Amino acid sequence: MKIWKYGDNIDTDMLFPGKYVYDCNTPEEIIPHLLEDLDSSFAKNVKEGDIILAGKNFGCGSSREQPVIGFKAVGIAAVVAESFARIFYRASINQGLLLIECPDAVKAYSKGDNVSVDIENGKIIIGGKAFSFPSLPGEILAIRDAGGLLSYTRKKLKKNSG
Amino acid sequence: MGETFAEKILAKYSGEKKLVSGKIVTVKPDHLLTHDNTAPLIQKIEPELEEYGIYSKSLPVIVLDHVIPAVSEKTANNHKIIREFVKNYEIEHFFDVGYGVCHQIMVEKGLALPGKLILGSDSHTCSYGAIGAFSSGIDRTEAAALMLTGETWLKVPDSIRMTLENKLRPGVTAKDVVLHIIGDISASGANYCSVEFHGNIKQFSVEERFTIANMGVEMGAKNAFFPVDEVTKKYLSSIGIPPSKYSAIQPDDDALYSKELKYNLSVIAPVVALPHNVDNVKKVTEVVGLEIHQFLIGTCTNGRLSDFRIAARILKGKKVHPNVRLLILPSSRQVYLDALKEGIIDILVEAGGIILPPGCGPCLGAHQGVLAPKERCLSTANRNFKGRMGCKDAEIYLASPATVAASAIHGKITDPRKGGTLNEDLEIW
Repeated sequence: MKIWKYGDNIDTDMLFPGKYVYDCNTPEEIIPHLLEDLDSSFAKNVKEGDIILAGKNFGCGSSREQPVIGFKAVGIAAVVAESFARIFYRASINQGLLLIECPDAVKAYSKGDNVSVDIENGKIIIGGKAFSFPSLPGEILAIRDAGGLLSYTRKKLKKNSG
Repeated sequence: MGETFAEKILAKYSGEKKLVSGKIVTVKPDHLLTHDNTAPLIQKIEPELEEYGIYSKSLPVIVLDHVIPAVSEKTANNHKIIREFVKNYEIEHFFDVGYGVCHQIMVEKGLALPGKLILGSDSHTCSYGAIGAFSSGIDRTEAAALMLTGETWLKVPDSIRMTLENKLRPGVTAKDVVLHIIGDISASGANYCSVEFHGNIKQFSVEERFTIANMGVEMGAKNAFFPVDEVTKKYLSSIGIPPSKYSAIQPDDDALYSKELKYNLSVIAPVVALPHNVDNVKKVTEVVGLEIHQFLIGTCTNGRLSDFRIAARILKGKKVHPNVRLLILPSSRQVYLDALKEGIIDILVEAGGIILPPGCGPCLGAHQGVLAPKERCLSTANRNFKGRMGCKDAEIYLASPATVAASAIHGKITDPRKGGTLNEDLEIW
């Protein structure tokens, strides 16, 4: 499991360049361009279970869900940041990607530290130290737990029509 | 205790009596804005659309603006898919290639109105706070779900009150104000918040308020709001909308804000946002003389008539520097027509400007003015992220139309004020 560590204000153009927005929509099309202008080694080397650690305002900029779809498809276990931009935050809930807003955890990390996430108990463990993060409100957790907004919506429509 | 604009409008749309920040509510927006991204969006929900249909024909507003005219077979096919969807589901509000940028269309066509709630799968949906609407950006998947159900959740945001005091000095514009504020509070300074502008706002036209609200997202805001006043009403009546067609929602004087900030406009100078963050803001005097290769005046931030009027006043009888390109990007067909009628387009073309079709143009780096490595662009757009204009080794600088026009003459960043460096003879102010 690898930790990918980045700084503040990682914007949507760094996560997934705007020039591909209308050409790439499927995970297969998206994955090769993930973080292309930020870290060219990411798309080649990312593995299932990897974690992204970042500073403030991760995902600022456009309404661009390709990076979220891409992270989910390559198996990113969680994105842990000091803070997130709001559209990226919503997009992640809607794709079922785990985001953890925990500035203390990000600041505590030093290269080589082991990182693990205990979702049930709302804890992230970095280099042996545990940090708590708040759970999402129930109605929003239900969207993420359904595997994302589309499956949540499908269930809702079925229930309402049945 | 009174209520903020966000608390009041979200209470109205969720059917709750009174709301406080932090609460999650379910709302049914008046409109859902989507653009070229409508194609991948509807492809996500094809079986559901077939089984359940769309929630309402009048909910979606679809504008083709991002990559227009199509640049490839793939984008052409996207547009075709959208046109077929519009026809099959009898979508009432569709604006094909050529109408303009979606945000300009929402306001210009009277779809965004005071007291309305609008969500859109584009981050600059926050623009309609300029006329007193609550509007915010969402992602594609959420827009797809809204097409089916007509509803979604919103968290009632904290609100920041920004009081704009005194008057701007000549040569300083609304763009300088919003860049100055972002430089002050940072690109995440208003994260998740509703930003309300108060104070001496009557000096700002709706077009100028649009520029400021448009960049709300660049400080992280959920929405950006100007109270409805005579300026708003006058603008709306100029596009044929009488006060009986809308009902404004105003915050209470004793509302509770999470933060209150004051800005003295009379001391704000023309500014430039340097690469690669919108909050990397410096006074134009600190970067005067920096060589620029491409200039862009337009976009949803600064592509309206008043922006081109300023550019034309500066460029009248002049030529842009022979080593540079000046791109002109009207935000709508209406703006383009108005600029033609006033002779503005003649002036800009004679000065060497290249007129692009009304739309998003080179702002998102897909076409119509992509940059080469080591090139610099001085632009009136809203973002200067690395790679934004199609090349990660290029640099984007953001400024007002006045600064961009004055700079294009010299091929270097220039202070647009009278007597400014490189610019001793500018007499327009």
